[in-house]
Amino acid sequence: MKKLLIALCATLVCDSLWADSLLITDAKLYDPATENPIDILVVDGFIEAIGENLDQENADQVIDAAGRPVTPALFAGITATGLSEVGMVRESVDARLNGLYTGLMHPEFDVRDAFNPHSSIVPVTRIEGYGYALLAAGSGDRTLSGQGSLVRFDGGFDSFEGHQVLYANVDGYSARETGGSRAAHWMLLEAAFEEVSRADADLTLISSAGKQVLKNSRKNALYVFHANRAADIHRVIEFAARHRLRAVIAGGQEAWIVRDALAGAGIPVVLNALDNLPGSFDALGARLDNAALLNQAGVTVLFTSGETQNARKVRQVAGSAVAHGLPHDVALAAMTSTPAAIFGGAERSVSVGARADLVIWSGDPLEVNTAADQVIIDGQLDPMVSRQTLLLERYLQEAPAFGRAYSRH
Amino acid sequence: MRTALIAPAVTAILLAQQVAAEAFPSTYQARPSDPTIIEHATILTGDGQRLNDASLYLENGVVRWIGSGETAPNVTRIDGSGKWVTPGLIDVHSHLGVYPSPGVDAHSDGNEATAPVTAEVWAEHSVWPQDPGFSRALAGGITSLQILPGSANLFGGRGVTLKNVSSIHYQGMKFPGAPHGLKMACGENPKRVYGNRNQAPSTRMGNVAAYRSAWIKAQRYVADWERYESEVAKADGDGESSEGGDIAAALLKNTPPKRDLELETLAGALRGEILVHMHCYRADEMMTILDMADEFGYRVSAFHHGVEAYKVADQLAEHGVCGALWADWWGFKMEAYDGIQENIALVDRPEGGCAIVHSDSEEGIQRLNQEAAKAMTKGNRAGLNIPPERAIRWITSNAAKSLGIAHLTGTLAPGMMADVVVWNQDPFSVYAKAEQVYIDGALMYDINDPRRQPHSDFELGQLTGVSP
Repeated sequence: MKKLLIALCATLVCDSLWADSLLITDAKLYDPATENPIDILVVDGFIEAIGENLDQENADQVIDAAGRPVTPALFAGITATGLSEVGMVRESVDARLNGLYTGLMHPEFDVRDAFNPHSSIVPVTRIEGYGYALLAAGSGDRTLSGQGSLVRFDGGFDSFEGHQVLYANVDGYSARETGGSRAAHWMLLEAAFEEVSRADADLTLISSAGKQVLKNSRKNALYVFHANRAADIHRVIEFAARHRLRAVIAGGQEAWIVRDALAGAGIPVVLNALDNLPGSFDALGARLDNAALLNQAGVTVLFTSGETQNARKVRQVAGSAVAHGLPHDVALAAMTSTPAAIFGGAERSVSVGARADLVIWSGDPLEVNTAADQVIIDGQLDPMVSRQTLLLERYLQEAPAFGRAYSRH
Repeated sequence: MRTALIAPAVTAILLAQQVAAEAFPSTYQARPSDPTIIEHATILTGDGQRLNDASLYLENGVVRWIGSGETAPNVTRIDGSGKWVTPGLIDVHSHLGVYPSPGVDAHSDGNEATAPVTAEVWAEHSVWPQDPGFSRALAGGITSLQILPGSANLFGGRGVTLKNVSSIHYQGMKFPGAPHGLKMACGENPKRVYGNRNQAPSTRMGNVAAYRSAWIKAQRYVADWERYESEVAKADGDGESSEGGDIAAALLKNTPPKRDLELETLAGALRGEILVHMHCYRADEMMTILDMADEFGYRVSAFHHGVEAYKVADQLAEHGVCGALWADWWGFKMEAYDGIQENIALVDRPEGGCAIVHSDSEEGIQRLNQEAAKAMTKGNRAGLNIPPERAIRWITSNAAKSLGIAHLTGTLAPGMMADVVVWNQDPFSVYAKAEQVYIDGALMYDINDPRRQPHSDFELGQLTGVSP
């Protein structure tokens, strides 16, 4: 077997190297059971062994982590990655349904059909240490805005994982589009679920296909309810219990107020830990220790940044939660294993049998003064190249006589 | 007799010239302060120096000394062991107060988007001092900030620099001695806002034509006033022998030009009294703007947002123009598509480069130190050598320079305003917190003392009955 020792490239040019087995030596794991740096052997895209002084002879490639942290590739939050190239360029955005007025709600609208794995946002996000995200049907204008699921950043057209995820909006902002009252969200949701048990469909509300989605949703789907106000979250808890739905709260700025009820119902909260302003009358109780309070009460917390192009910011969000009281190990789990546990899909951990979507970090992954040194997807070293690294490379050089367009890459 | 005639003449000139400058003056007063010494701290002075295990002495609102010196007998001693001290942070691009929280329509006061040229409006007249964002920014170490109009218009109006203190009215926050800013905007926003109304400008070329037309009017306005003033001054000079009669005649003959609020602002920018802050993303547009500034003889103080500033970093440095930039925000619109995270570090790189980290965000303003940390880290990974004492300039002295207040704040040196932050650790970290924030020597925020944590009127009595 050909053996290669790969010197870690700093940030720029790294050739893509393909192999069946990869040995990562001297990796620091965030695992109380393995305090000393340890070796990780990856074979055919999965972690085969973890131990001290694993035999380098058996690996096609060896990469020395030199005591740096290694974690699973991170969760980028709820995003429109691959659905939105440039936020304000309408023709490049497929993340939400606008102006299709054949019914009031379209749970059958599935954004995965629009997913473009070749979007420049995918490598831009991946090389910052992110391996997957939750694709969302954009919220804001409908009570039920559609469906998505986890997506992996491995470049595949159909790299979707886990459960079907349905998106519901029950906040005051989206109520502008549903008659002006948030109570109308519940009116419409109750009516839609009532429809499910009837033989004939009221097509002004929901199509037959949509009805079928709701009917099947109790078995394997999750409902992500976008809500910030404590009273709205309380309604979600009640509604989910009554209709036997698996619910997740997104937003959740006032979730800390109803944390005991959320814990009792086993409903996780996806939040932005930077939210601390009364940005609306739905978020008068926003506070920086929201994540810490929820965790203390036994509520599972995940993070999102509210961004797509800049979804890479979410590790700063998690770090901020730690700065305001959330234990580091909980925050790191929220960025790695917990989202997969909630939304389904492959296990995300550094353990034997887990998929080798890994990152070697320059330091604490939740810090703003660190970076992903090397991303590994399916056991392959990522070339660590994006439009942005190429732009940097181009403008670090002297301008060629014929102009920048003649720069070498 | 003569003095009696001259006095009104001089007054008339002063009135004509200075009404704009004197309108809505600062009524800011420094809060009570105790002489305070911070000892054994790591001090980043804001001008590129780092001092280890050093002391800083604040007295009567100013920095008295750094290093060693005499103190008042009743001095308050702060043990800075393990802590870092920096100048108070300055955000050159904020919409606090004009787009406050809660962000309801009734609070949307940042864009007078009714005409592409609204140089006559002043952002300060929209500032709602009860915006809870001010106190959140204070907890992040922000001691001064420029509030700008939005970017819907080519000329959005005047910006105002504030001290981040609690006040019923913005004049009580107004930074004494700070010049006004003039907000201008390139690119997509103005052409979209007005193009969508089938109105000019609807293109980038329309943008440039409209700027130039406005500057031409402003040049005439400046010339009219100069002619008038020189006629009056000439009469004043001749007046020695004629008992002031010439002045009266000159004033009668040379009717003062009619004041025009829009042109007053533009004239102030042409004269260099009002600093131009230009929202501009693309490198090519920035170059066009620099040529236009040469054409009309004014200076651009800073390009704001400038996600492509790295493409013209040398040219910005040559022109002495700062780049007020984000660490990583990009891709939200077409003109932000080429953003890279090394932008700030690359603008900082050339001799004379002036990089600034700005927020344009009620979230970002609370953690400018973290934004600077991200930019510093990316710069260092690209092979640039940027230590913390250099990066801190991006949110202190360079910011002060672009606002025309670098002689007052933004660095820790004897005689400077005692605007100071004590951090619990190296501030270039997500875990860093501002423990104490001083403005003009007064302890305005203390993380350990609820009595030094301001809350706006809006926040009172919300969520009554909810226990934390």
